[in-house]
Order: sequence, then C-alpha cells, then structure tokens
Amino acid sequence: MTISSLVPRMTRICGPGNVVTDPLELRTYECDGLTSHRATPALVVLPSDADQVAAVVRECAAAGIPFVARGSGTGLSGGAVPREDGVLIVMSKMRRVLEVDPVARRAIVEPGVTNLAVTQAAAPHGLFYAPDPSSQVVCSVGGNVAENSGGAHCLKHGFTVNHVTGLEVVTPSGELTWLGDGTGVPLGYDLLGAFTGSEGTLGIATKVVVKLTVAPQVVHLVLAGYATLADGGRAVSDIIAAGIVPAAIEMMDALSIEAAEAAVACGYPQGAGAVLLVELDGPAAEVEAELATVMKLIEAAGATEVRTADDPAQRFAIWKGRKAAFAAVGRLAPAYIVQDGVVPRTALGDVLARISALSASSGIRVANVFHAGDGNLHPLVLYNDAVPGEAERAEEVSGAILDACIEYGGSITGEHGVGVDKSRYMPRMFSDDDLDTMQLLRCAFDPASLCNPGKVFPTPRLCGEVPGHRRAPHPAVVAGQAAVSREGDPPHPPMEIF
Amino acid sequence: MSARVSAAKAGKALAAACDNVRPGAADDAVGAVVPSFVAAPSSTAQASALLRACAEHDLAVLPRGSGSRLSWGVPPARCDVVVDMLRMGAVIEHAAGDLVARVQAGARMADVASALATAGQEIALDVPGPATIGGVLADALAGPRRLRYGTPRDLLIGITVVRADGTVAHSGGKVVKNVAGYDIGKLFTGSAGTLGLITEATFRLHPRPAARAWVTARVQGTAPEVTTMAAAMVAAAANSPLVASAVELDRPAPGGPISVGVLLEGSADGVAARAREMEGLLGSLAQVPVSVAAPPDWWAGIPTVEGGAAEHTLMRVSFWVSRLGGVLDAIDAAARETGLRPAVGGSAGAGLLYVTLPGGAPGEAVARFAGRVRAAIPAGRGSAAVLAAPEAVRGALAGTAGLAGTAGLAGTAGLAGTAGLAGSVPGLALMRAVKDQFDPGHRMAPGRLTWA
Repeated sequence: MTISSLVPRMTRICGPGNVVTDPLELRTYECDGLTSHRATPALVVLPSDADQVAAVVRECAAAGIPFVARGSGTGLSGGAVPREDGVLIVMSKMRRVLEVDPVARRAIVEPGVTNLAVTQAAAPHGLFYAPDPSSQVVCSVGGNVAENSGGAHCLKHGFTVNHVTGLEVVTPSGELTWLGDGTGVPLGYDLLGAFTGSEGTLGIATKVVVKLTVAPQVVHLVLAGYATLADGGRAVSDIIAAGIVPAAIEMMDALSIEAAEAAVACGYPQGAGAVLLVELDGPAAEVEAELATVMKLIEAAGATEVRTADDPAQRFAIWKGRKAAFAAVGRLAPAYIVQDGVVPRTALGDVLARISALSASSGIRVANVFHAGDGNLHPLVLYNDAVPGEAERAEEVSGAILDACIEYGGSITGEHGVGVDKSRYMPRMFSDDDLDTMQLLRCAFDPASLCNPGKVFPTPRLCGEVPGHRRAPHPAVVAGQAAVSREGDPPHPPMEIF
Repeated sequence: MSARVSAAKAGKALAAACDNVRPGAADDAVGAVVPSFVAAPSSTAQASALLRACAEHDLAVLPRGSGSRLSWGVPPARCDVVVDMLRMGAVIEHAAGDLVARVQAGARMADVASALATAGQEIALDVPGPATIGGVLADALAGPRRLRYGTPRDLLIGITVVRADGTVAHSGGKVVKNVAGYDIGKLFTGSAGTLGLITEATFRLHPRPAARAWVTARVQGTAPEVTTMAAAMVAAAANSPLVASAVELDRPAPGGPISVGVLLEGSADGVAARAREMEGLLGSLAQVPVSVAAPPDWWAGIPTVEGGAAEHTLMRVSFWVSRLGGVLDAIDAAARETGLRPAVGGSAGAGLLYVTLPGGAPGEAVARFAGRVRAAIPAGRGSAAVLAAPEAVRGALAGTAGLAGTAGLAGTAGLAGTAGLAGSVPGLALMRAVKDQFDPGHRMAPGRLTWA
C-alpha cells in the first residue's frame, strides 16, 4: 500500500483538515529544533484523541509504513525529524489538561500540553511541575517524556522520568495500553521507566500522569560574577562539599554572557569571566541557613560582584539571561552546534580547559553555558558556514568535546537526547553488547521497526536474530538498508544538511 | 542421557566457569525446590561465564542475595542453579565530590551505608541492613523516605547486568544526567531476577542530614471520623511546604487508633523550627496528642515475613493519596466481612500501605479480603497485591479467576504472582514480549513473575 492510498483512511480517522498533503505545507514539518537535519514527511496527520492516534498507527502498521511522532518540534537532537517515506503524527491538537488531583499531587494531561501549562494548571493549588527545560513555554510534555527532559532545576528535583507516574501509550502495533497507574508503585516490569526517554521509538504517549511538587516556602537566587570559570567552579565545589543541594546551579562564560546581554539586556556583571547562578528553595527555616553558607562560600571563592533576589519578579529578571542563552548566541555567529555532554562535576574544570584549548587551536569559538551542579555542559560551537571549511572544523571540535566527555566518564547527552544527531557517537560510549541489549527492548515493543526508526541507534537490530553467529554479510547490509558502524568510520550523513 | 550423567556434565561446566560451586542443600530450598547447585561468582566475568554455562546446559537460574525475600510470591517452577551474589560485595568506587557510588550487587545495604557515611553521604533508601543492593533493585524495595527521595529506580544511574545467555551489558553510567540510550537499569528494577542477573549498580547519593525529628499524632475514636481524620493529617503533612521526608501510618488493629508519623530532616535549627510548625499543623486538624521526638516504636519500614511471621499473608496496597480514607475504610469493611484482623502500616503519604494478615487465616477469606480492598481502588489507579502468603492461601488466590484482570496470569512488582495475587497488570502483553526477548529460554527465575 502506498502513502497516497492511506490518505482517505487517515482523513476518515482524523477528519478533513487534519491531514496534510500539500507539498509546501509538508515542508513546514521537515525539522525540529535541530535545523541541520531535515526531511519532508510523505504525509502529516493531526489526531485529536488517543483513539485516533491508535487508529493512525494501526493503518501504518498494516501498511508497513514508518511513522514519527512530533510534539512542539523544539527538540535539539532531531528526534522528530520525519521519514520521507513515512507519516508524521503531530500531537499538538491533543493539549487538554484532563484532571488535577491536588491531594494526590497528580495531574493527567494530553501530550501536547506545554510544560509550562502544567505548572499553570497546578499553581492555584500551591503546586508546580518540576522538570523545567528552558523551552518550557513551548515544549510539550509528550516531547519531555520522549527525551526525559531535564532543565535547570533537575539537580535537586529530578528529571521527567522521576515525575511521570503513568502513561497511556499507543504501541507500535496500534494498541492502547497503560504503563504504570499513577502511584509510582510498579506492578511487574518498570516499562514506564524504560519508555520515558526512549525518544519516541517504543510507541506514542497519549496521556501523561505527572507528579506535582509542592511549591517551596521560599526561593532565593544568588548571582555572582567571577574573573574566571575556575573561580566559579571552586565556589560550586565548596557548596556541594558543604552538603548543600541547591535547586539549581548554572554557569555561563564570557562569550555567552556577552550574547545574553546583547539579546535581552539582562544586566549581568560587565567583563566577568564567568557568571554563577545558585538557586535555593525549600522551607524558610532551612533556606535562610543555607543561604548564609552559600554567600560565604561564594565570596570566599573570589566573587567580584554578588546579587541576591527572593521575589519572583527579580528572580525572573536574573534567569532571563541564562534562559535566553542558546537563542542569544545566534547574534555572535550565523550558525552554531549546541552540545549536551555530561562529565562528572569534579572533572568540569579540566574539561572546560580542554574545550578552551580546542577552541584556541581550531580557531572556532565556543560559548559555554552549563548546569554546574550536575556536570551537564552546553558548549555552543559557533561558526560561519559561509567560510569554507569552518563548518567541518566546528563539527570536529564538537566531536572532540564529546570524546572528552566520554573520556572523563560522562555521557554524550544529558537531556537533549541522541536522536539522529548523536547516534554515531553511541558506539563510543557503549559496546556492541550494550547496544544489542538495549535493542532487545526495542524488539519487544516494535518488532516491525516502524516506530521512529533510524533514531538513537546507529545500526538497527533485526529482531529475532542471534548476534555474532553470521558469516555472510547481513542481508540488510547487502540490500543497502543497514550498515555496520565501526570506529573510524566517517559519520553517517544525516538526511540533509544545510 | 541419564539425569545423573547430564547433572555431572553440568556440574563440570559450572565449575569450569566459576571457582565456587557446591551442591544445593536443604536450606537452599526455595519453596519445595532444592537447587542442584549453588554457584557464587566473584566477578562479573565469572558471572558471565557461569550464565553461559547454564544456558548451554539448559539450567534454570535463580539469583540470590540475602535470601530474605525468597519466600515471597510463588516458588520458582524450576531452580537448577542458585547464583549466590554474596562474594560480590564491594563498594567499587565512591566519588564523594560527584555524589555518586558504584557498588557490586552482593553488597549489603548496611555495609554500603557505613562506607558512604564516612563522607557524610548515603543512598537514600530505608531498606533492611542485610538486604543486598541487587535484591533491593530486583524487588524495587523502598522504605519511608520514598516520599521525598523516590524509590531505587529514581536513585539508580547505571547498571551492569549479565543476560541469560551470558552477555554482559551496561546502561546508564556514572553521571546523574544521562539520557543516552535506553534505561535498562529501570527495566531491571523490580524484575525479580527474571530478565537477567544484576552484578553492579551505580547510584546517585545525597548528603546525610545533620538532624532528624519525628512528629507523631495519634487519632482514636469512632469510624468514620478516625479514618477521615488520619487521611487528612497524612495529606496535609505530605503536601506541606515544610518538606516531610516521610509520612507514615500505623494501625495495628482493625477499627483501632491510627498513628501518623512525619519525619523531618535538615539542619538542627531548621528541623526544630519545622517540627514545631508541623506539630501545629497536625494539631490544628484535630484535638489529638501530637509529639515531637525520636522515632515512634512502630516506625519499621518494610515488613518481614521471616521466622515467626512466615505464616502471615503480606499485602501491598497502592493508591492515589486522595483515596487514602476510602482505602482505610475498605480494609475495615473487609476485616468485618471476613473476620480477619489486619495490621495496617506504611508510607501512606506516598500512596502505599502494607497489610499483614495473621497466619492461620483461611485462604478463601484472604481471597475475599483482597478482592474487597481491590474494589475500593479506582481502576487503573492503584493495586492490592499479595507479596507473600503461605501455600494454602496462595492456592486459594490462584483459584479466584474473577480477581484476575487479564487472561491467565499477572505479577507483582518483584514478586511472583498467579492469577489472584495482583489483579490486573497494565502493560502485561508488553512485559511478556520483553521477557521473551531477554530470556527466550525462560530459564531466569522461571515462575517468579509468571507469564505462561
């Protein structure tokens, strides 16, 4: 069955006006937040409820047509890059907050609800939704589930997986099933925990039961300027060593401060080599004491300027710079690669020095914004694609940064996901056996390999095969449908690079 | 080939793989099944060779740590080899500056706790000291502080497992923020050894608090005021910005008084101030005695069914906290209807209670009791699972087809089930598919989470 013959069936399921076939309109869905990877889907559908999603997936399954789910399209690893031979299932019409139970501290929301909208629904009850990616005004909860999104406050409050207690999902064969029941007490395997963060490859979430957090009695934000990143890093180490777990610890380097200032006039300390943000939240009786200790340590590490804020408006103004940082570096260069590597916090100083050296030797500027508390770096590798060779050098610097993260015992991605962007690095972090084992899970959920195929893993595992018992080349390799990645191979070309 | 010859061949293969293999003895029995061999690997590499040998000889494998919960659930259908993990008890790495620790699966929680305490840190799980890391993960055990810190899956950041065919696999890593690849660690947490053998685990740590205080209230009187009052106190404490680490409930006798206990942790001054505030909060809800002190004597955590408790039936009830009052009333009603005398206690503020029914309870009565409690939990919003029960009771529960939600069988987290033990399990078909991928030969802890 061809895609075009699916159109009338999809129209019957989703309703006219909710199936996109016009070529120009289709192109508007060709990428997510990772604009370097694009592919125009063959068909786009916009279902309105879980039954429609299930019916759409059943049609795809019956026809053997791959499908990709898309939330708000803000992802940074290309998880929602469509298949040119497949259907893109856009979840943004499913954006109702279905239920809020403040006594149980649970809410049930459709996956298209934005992250911030969950907090807004919870706020009248003195509650909020803790995982807060910087894109929270736009990004969808369904997308958060797919990527196991974090945000600045996940150091203390955890990630999406710690705040999702139940999911209604459509399996890749088109059945509706629940994973978990909202209590956080599992029956059988924790498929809920395995599904969250699986980047849309194991099914499509159609309802999300989230845990809501009690709004803290007090919140204090401290902004400190330092001459160097090393000085700021010392303050962070001292704070952690004092047994304090701040709600957030963020750092920005000179280049990213410059960009943020130009973009949103956040008023960060002029000429600072580094800016540190430390946010404390909790019961007043604890936070006041923690604040005193934090201030002492921040000064002792050599802060050139210190400001504090304890009311929401002042705190928002200070956070503005940090939250605008990614978008702001667009002013410094026509193009950039944003990385998402993680290193053990104690290795941050060394890795930042490595990045600095890489930048110097390659002539490629790197702006650093990072979650200093948990070692999650966001190096923004800046380049001008109009200059010959610069894009390639930026790619090399980017890869070298990830290699450094792995070398120091970290990860290639802390919150953005692997998607298409980093699948070629997976073999640097995991062995063939590790990847093979992960893909057993995929085979259990999606034996036909139709659900967001080509993401996360560099080489698909054909389900049912026994690894290592093959002498002839695999039929899929012969047919050009799969390739065996080895160290030193050039990276797989993405769908299209602009 | 005779059974004796194949057993000898198997024994030789196991001995070649692992340097500590002995025949199973009576006290290695799990239920009525005595394993042919007990093998204790000293490393992941040995465990891998061991499981490969088991695969080659079609041997059924049961991992064992402290063995304290082997009697839970249903005995395994087959058990040829018990893999004793106690030789793998090291804390491999403690990166205090990163608040991360990597430990071997056979390490006892108490030993790990004292090693981490030297740097003022802990794995924030209140589980029995003798339990092993692997056992805690396999059964997804968590105590009172689950309210604030979560359960093992929330603290686990990396894992090393050995699959049924001997393949060694890792997922996660040594950093808390890590979304690279699928989270096999979460998949294995609560899997009761049915997907493979856990050999190493890496956890995120928390600083040990400087001070702790318990605020306890005791509610007594007539139903339904008692349960309504207790439920209101639990909710108020759990949802308070004073940030309770735990909110527990104790009701040792049906229809009797209910105690609510709130644990606060933090700095000495901070805890003192918050305890006074919590005292005022609970006191404002009812005219009942409220005290601030050391832990109440019932502050236990996870009930055991060892020794004298071996004939008890242990149920775990989970629910949305807004339904706590209804659940307590249902337990009372079930007690009246069946004549059983349940002892109730647990992490009410986190939506979990344990119900212990004394030994000697007729199986049919326990089955009715479980059904009555299940009926009070809205569909898909909780469960009432029997974790441990004597054989006669298990038999009665298996016969109650009407309690099963899916055709055939269901399981409880970490602990075996047959039709009646858990009721319906969401996602059961997917779980079967996962099991078939990881253990196509169905040799890992067969029957512990029954599918067939």
